[in-house]
Amino acid sequence: MDGKTKKKEWKNMSTNVNTSLPLEFQTEQNRMNILGFWMFLGAEIVLFATLFATYSVLSTRYAGGPTPHELYDIKGVMIETILLLTSSFTCGIAIYEMHRHNKKGLLTWLIITLLLGLGFVGMEISEFIHYVHEGATMQTSAFLSSFFVLLGTHGLHVSMGIGWATMVIIQILKRGLTPVTARKTFIIGLYWHFLDVVWIFIFTFVYLKGLV
Amino acid sequence: MDNHSKGFPKSQVFGFVLSLVLTFAALFVALKTSLSFNTIIWIIGTLAIVQAGLQLFMFMHLKEGEDGNSQTINVIYGVFIAVVTVAGSIWVMSFGM
Repeated sequence: MDGKTKKKEWKNMSTNVNTSLPLEFQTEQNRMNILGFWMFLGAEIVLFATLFATYSVLSTRYAGGPTPHELYDIKGVMIETILLLTSSFTCGIAIYEMHRHNKKGLLTWLIITLLLGLGFVGMEISEFIHYVHEGATMQTSAFLSSFFVLLGTHGLHVSMGIGWATMVIIQILKRGLTPVTARKTFIIGLYWHFLDVVWIFIFTFVYLKGLV
Repeated sequence: MDNHSKGFPKSQVFGFVLSLVLTFAALFVALKTSLSFNTIIWIIGTLAIVQAGLQLFMFMHLKEGEDGNSQTINVIYGVFIAVVTVAGSIWVMSFGM
């Protein structure tokens, strides 16, 4: 195939619009971006697996420092869990409104999702500050090093997700609901649900296991 | 338009309620029962996997779209590597202790 036809095919990938499909799947380009994002999520599963493995191995090495029983506060953890769980739900509703071509509904639910996400990050930061005041820092023990790296990586992902979704919202406001902005919204939705999946395992194997 | 986007967002609400039930079930089993440590870890671990599956299928629609199979195989592969990494690390590092 010569360069010209190749270029033409490439162009068709993003210009051939199939309106019988949901917005985010209407062009070949969209379909491939979404598949590509699933590949990225596969890599994220492995990234978090290495951090969970480290934590599981080191979770009883207290080095004379505080233990999970002395540190974890189940009330705060439950609030964080409910905030993130609800934000995953409202994000699902946002995508649902997007499929109904309801731009206002989409934006409203996306903003609610982000506020819940901000609440989660705020709770987590105050939890970390509280731990550090109690003398539980990253340097205290192997348990706390692996704890802060695992939880910090997740919290950083949520924070980046908030920044990313904010930019997507600005783009929807500027360009309206097109196959391109719909695809971007769908992908940030996948990312957000994925962060909730990771949190389920943190909740179970870090907090609940530490408090049994 | 796809037909499951009309009317009430049933699958989302159902998934959300089920997630809440699973979360509180895990909380109850972990903190309010006097089962042995291993039994509790197995129960709450199972609840976590069910809830993760719920998110993947009901919210993320893993199997939907033209590339559903590729997506599923990719996630299964990621999970396989994750299980090998976590279980393998625990096994190797606790051997003989």
